[in-house]
Amino acid sequence: MAGHSGESHVHPVSLYTRTLWWLMALLVLTVVAGYIPNIPNWLGVVIALTIAVWKATIVIMNFMHVRFSGKLAWLFAGAGFFWLVIMLAFAFADYVSRPWEPFHGWPE
Amino acid sequence: MSIQELGKQSATLEYTGEVHHHADGILGEQFETLEQQNTAYLIGMWAFIVQEVLFFGAIFTAYAVYRFKYVLEFTLAHHELSVPIGTLNTFVLLFSSYTMARAVRAAMQNRHTKQAFYLLLTFLFAGVFMVNKYFEYGAKFEHHLFPNAYYSAHEIVEHAKAKGELRVVVEDGREMYELGKTIRGEFKPFKKVSPEEFEQRTKLFFGFYFVMTGLHGLHVLVGMIVIAILIGRALIDHMKNKPIADYMPVEMTGLYWHLVDIVWIFLFPLLYLIGR
Repeated sequence: MAGHSGESHVHPVSLYTRTLWWLMALLVLTVVAGYIPNIPNWLGVVIALTIAVWKATIVIMNFMHVRFSGKLAWLFAGAGFFWLVIMLAFAFADYVSRPWEPFHGWPE
Repeated sequence: MSIQELGKQSATLEYTGEVHHHADGILGEQFETLEQQNTAYLIGMWAFIVQEVLFFGAIFTAYAVYRFKYVLEFTLAHHELSVPIGTLNTFVLLFSSYTMARAVRAAMQNRHTKQAFYLLLTFLFAGVFMVNKYFEYGAKFEHHLFPNAYYSAHEIVEHAKAKGELRVVVEDGREMYELGKTIRGEFKPFKKVSPEEFEQRTKLFFGFYFVMTGLHGLHVLVGMIVIAILIGRALIDHMKNKPIADYMPVEMTGLYWHLVDIVWIFLFPLLYLIGR
């Protein structure tokens, strides 16, 4: 019986516990990294975002089962990421390459 | 015999393996197999999740642009947020994602009480998160850090002064704030702003803080309502001794819940941690 209660879809508990331990370890790592003294601001942001992307990836792969899903799920997960990158990249390309437009009533 | 009944009968002849699913109401009439139905459910949910990613993504983009522009002001405002509370909330939410994954697993195995148990745990963790947020918001209101007419950057200024990251200077009889860093007892200014500018820019930070965490909190609340309904369903399935129940509602709620978790995974470092 294809797909139903799908014994093939049930993953071992160890998959979830292992993911949880990784997430906890990365949480500790990101908090500790946040307190490294005297690092440049951009480096702090890069470290924090790298760990966040790492955490999000293991949640998507293991908890949301994308790793075990069909191509369509991969396409959707990838599309979400891809559009987000387009939005960020194009917004920033604009803001870093043009002077700030003055807006009445707002400080420079 | 109506056309629908005829259609059903022909489907019965063709897909004998799935007949009882039609009968027990798990398989919708428009689907031929359960696999097809489940895939349709999942893709619909994923489309919703992609939409949510872009919805939060737009706010993250706006936040990134303003933080890029007012990095010193935002950094001082960051310091008003409590890292221990943020860490606790991240811990709680990550754990709730785990219990949700376990609930989905139990649902797939048709273990109704186990499923209800893990859903209840998820619900309780979400509750802890919301209670924490309640106290956190309360403290911000108390310190006039909610971006309304009573907003005041006074505390941010005092804390920054004490840490040697802000200095008040008088220029042409006007008070100005110098933002910078004290290195080996010597203050190094990076930027000079007027108190009004400083207030408006830190207020902007708290605007982002409340909109982002508020929308996220709303998602947690919606998740809690859905999880509560699922707990009820699982208990009814248990009382009716249902051998097989549709696990897809739990699976889809799980996807939503993990998304809420992922949004927090990004909110936590970007609001609480960077620039410490």
